[in-house]
Order: sequence, then C-alpha cells, then structure tokens
Amino acid sequence: MSEALKEIGAAARSRHGNCVGGLVFHAGQATLHATTRDIIGLLTWLRDDADCRFRQLVDLTAVDRPEDEKRFSVVYNLLSLQHNLRLRITVRVAEDEDVPSCFPVFSAALWLEREVWDMYGIRFQGHPDLRRILTDYGFEGHPQRKDFPLTGHVEMRYDEEQKRVIYEPVKLTQAFRNFESLSPWEAAGMPGMSEDG
Amino acid sequence: MAEVDIRTTTINFGPQHPAAHGVLRLVLEMDGEVVERADPHIGLLHRGTEKLIEYKTWLQAVPYFDRLDYVSPMCLEHAYALAVETLLQIEVPPRGQYVRVLFSEITRLLNHLLNVTTFAMDLGALTPALWAFEEREKLMEFYERASGARMHAAWFRPGGVARDLPAGLESDVESYVDTLPRVIGDIEHLLNENRIFKQRTVDIGAVSIEDAIDWGFSGPMLRSAGVPWDLRKAQPYDVYDRMEFDVPVGSTGDCFERYMCRIEEMRQSIRIIRQCIADMPTGPVMTANPKVAPPSRADMKQSMEALIHHFKLFTEGYHVPEGETYRAVEAPKGEFGVYIVSDGTNRPYRCRIRAPGFFHLAATDHLCKGHMLADAAAIVGSMDIVFGEIDR
Repeated sequence: MSEALKEIGAAARSRHGNCVGGLVFHAGQATLHATTRDIIGLLTWLRDDADCRFRQLVDLTAVDRPEDEKRFSVVYNLLSLQHNLRLRITVRVAEDEDVPSCFPVFSAALWLEREVWDMYGIRFQGHPDLRRILTDYGFEGHPQRKDFPLTGHVEMRYDEEQKRVIYEPVKLTQAFRNFESLSPWEAAGMPGMSEDG
Repeated sequence: MAEVDIRTTTINFGPQHPAAHGVLRLVLEMDGEVVERADPHIGLLHRGTEKLIEYKTWLQAVPYFDRLDYVSPMCLEHAYALAVETLLQIEVPPRGQYVRVLFSEITRLLNHLLNVTTFAMDLGALTPALWAFEEREKLMEFYERASGARMHAAWFRPGGVARDLPAGLESDVESYVDTLPRVIGDIEHLLNENRIFKQRTVDIGAVSIEDAIDWGFSGPMLRSAGVPWDLRKAQPYDVYDRMEFDVPVGSTGDCFERYMCRIEEMRQSIRIIRQCIADMPTGPVMTANPKVAPPSRADMKQSMEALIHHFKLFTEGYHVPEGETYRAVEAPKGEFGVYIVSDGTNRPYRCRIRAPGFFHLAATDHLCKGHMLADAAAIVGSMDIVFGEIDR
C-alpha cells in the first residue's frame, strides 16, 4: 500500500513539480504537501490517472495555527475506491490568500468549501455559491479560528417588550475558565511503567 | 410560439416538518408541482462540537460522539477510539475488539430499524415504525446492560471499552437475534410488494455510479448505486477481517434499492453478531497500557500510587504524541471519519468529524431536480439523515 503511494508521490512531483512538496508517512498514512499554485491540476491528475483514480473527495477541512506565517492548512482527504488507497494533501495558506475552488473536480466540494469558509474564513476562488452553511443567518466571525472565543461574541433571547428575538453581547454569569491542566510535575512516575510518564 | 410567463413558487419545507427528519429547512423552488431547485439550509442544530472537543481532554471528547448521530452512537465512538489508538500506537486486546464489533453491529441494527421504518412512515406506512421501535427498545436494553445508558453510552474508549460485559449478556443477545429475522420478514412483508410504497420509491432519486462517487456518497447510498464498497471489507478494523458476511449491492441507486440494501444489511449484521458471540475470547477488554487505562478498583484501595494515577488520568488525562491521523469506520449511514491533529498535549489540537449524511444531503438538489414535491420527502427519507452529525 505504501509502495503504491510512494510511486504516486514521485509521479506527482515529476508532473506537478511547481506545486508538490514532500510525501510524508505517519502512522501508516500518507500526506502530500502542496501549494495553492496548480492545486486544481494536481487534484485533476490524481482523479484521472490510471494508477491513482482518487475519485472521491472524502473530506476537505482546515487547521488553524495562528502563530505560523501561513496560518491555515487546507487538508484534502482523497480516497481511491479502485486501488483502495487514501491520500491526504495539505496546502498552507496565509490569512489573506485565496484557494482555487475544487468544485469543478469534485462535486462534494460544494458544501465542504462552504463549511471551511464559514468556519475559518478561507475564500475559495471560483466557488459558485460561497455562502455560510452551519452558522446562523447574519453571523459574524469564523468560529473555528483559534482566536475566536469558545463562548462566542453574541447570544440571543426572546425579548418580551419588542416581541422578537434579539442578539446581545454574551454575558457570562461565571468567568470562562480554561482549565490548563498540563502538569508542572511531569516526573512523577506511574505504577507499572519503567520510564517516567 | 407565444412567450409563456413561467413563475416559480418558493416553499419552505421545514424546519418543523415531520418528514424533515429533524431540523432541515429545505427551500424548494417549484414549477407547479415539480422541484426546480432544492436548497437545504442546515446548521440549525450546530453546537460547535469540533470546537468544544479542542477544549476537552482526549477522554472527555468521547461523549460528544454519541451526540452526533444519536441513532447510532457506538459506531461514532469507534471511529474516534481508533483514531486516538492510532496516534497512541496501542493495541486493543482481542476480547475488546470482539465486543466492539458486536456492539457496532447492534448499533447498525438500531440505526437501520429506525431508518427503514421512518422512511416508510414518510410514505404513509405507520405500522412498521411501531414494530421497529419495540425492537429498538430491546436492543437499547443491551446498550444499557453493557454501558449503563440506553443511548449515550460513552462506552468505546481509546484502548478498548469502559468495562466488560455483564454475565449472561452474550447469551441473551444470541437468543434475541434469533427472533429478529421474523420481525424483519414482517416489515418486508408489508413493504416489499406494497403498491403504494413501490410507486413512491422505485426510480425515485436514482443516482448513477459516477455521480455517487463524485458527490462523496458512502454506505448504503453508494452500494445501492452499484459500487461494492464497504470499509469493513476494504479496510477492516478491529476483528472485521475475521467475520464472514456479504455486502449487498444495488444497481439503480433509487430509493427502493437503498431500502433493500438496509434490510439485507440487517440480516448480515445478525450473522456477524452470531459469529462474534461464538468466537468471543476471554480476557481483558481494555489495553494493559497504564498510560491510557485506569488502574483497577482493587488496586486503588490498596495502593497510593494507583489512586494518584487514577486521579491524574481523569483530571489531566493522558498525552497523545504529536501527529495527525484520519480513521474511518463503516457507520450505518456510511463512512464516518475522524481526522485528528495532536500537538502532544492532553487535548486534541483539531478534531475534524467527517459525517456521511453531510455529503448525502449536499446532493439533495442533484437528486430532487425534476421530481415532484412528494418525491422530495421520499428522497430525504431514503438518505438516512440525522442532524446531529450533519450540523455537528
């Protein structure tokens, strides 16, 4: 399984050298690092090539690392039903950078890209219908970003006087507590373990 | 030809509609009684599960998975447990694996009994739902005996399952599944040759193999279109590679074949359950790795270190090595996957949940276009959607 993926990685680099970086194996799974330049060409090739046939976009998501220069990783999770292979492609993008939409390659991207836009605020260029999908109508902000507070910014309630639902800033009856439970005494051994935990 | 003024009517289907299976708001543009465009508005049940999990320890994240697809809770815990086990590089003891497969299949029965019969209810047949809910209640009793909860079990944990099966449960499950084929037969007897049911489902919402793959379909939705793809066979996890079962495959991918696939899958689940019980080994159900598994109660009464260790495990929790992984299971609705990024601390850095229903619902417009309004209800019913997992 990994042999076939290594060959695909090498072939991808020779054909799409301006886009493809390294192929990394971790816990038996392959991740191909790529750039936004020609990502559509790469995905199309992976879908159509006889040795790849990654015809299913299983998942498209993002990871936010705000301290990095390019804070987002867009993650494409591909599945080849024909060869029973999985391949993950990650693309690093900065906050003000657009990603070309892969809807023309995989129809499944229609909603997946809407969700990534909604949750992370990553724009997909050429997407036919880039509306928010999971959040409320008129929502502001992108909740999955690490700098978005867990409690959110607004809460809503029914106002008896105005006879309608109103939005107001979140009022917490108890201060938000982020339990930082990382231990300062890491060296304490655990029973049954030879090395320290 | 004279110019004809075509006016479309926009109607709201849901979010409070019995055939919307929860909180789906389906905006339909109708030309007379024909659907021109279907635009599902989702997110009414969005609870921010993925964000909440980032603020919990690895173990505290487990109960969130029950609340995603609340019709098949244990299968979802399974995907999460497998993903964390992959990152921790731990093995589940054989009995733990068998027990998990056994309960995954009980979960599949729970799910299909609900979907098949509520689908029939959408089309006007009330009786099967009444019968199936009785069976579901019996199956949930097995859930309760194993985990203490009828639905939100939090029983599959990274490393195995929370506790061993109580005495006598295996034989009770075995004698119960002997009675189930008759109930499935009764349901089939009411529906398979039912004229109304067939008129409303055959050739409705048919999907080609190409479209099914392109839209990311999985599970019975993909198999009914004619793709023999089942993760339990293709990428087996736990002891599925030792189980003997068939994968039902359809040919046209219409609503009726989706129903038939689910009926047959229930029969195959019963086969797997019987094999699990027959081959069930003895031994522990949780990994012996003390880094993940809590010490025994007996140890805690005797040993100070064990007591401290227990306290640490359930407050700070365990640390998972840095890395990322995607693990998927064949949940009753399709491929349910969990993509986890760990930064080496006691909390997941990112936990992405890949819900099968999200992809099926995304294709609603594609499936409904050109059908009648009443067919839209049949198509939504046949997709087996649960908003807990779609909205997350």
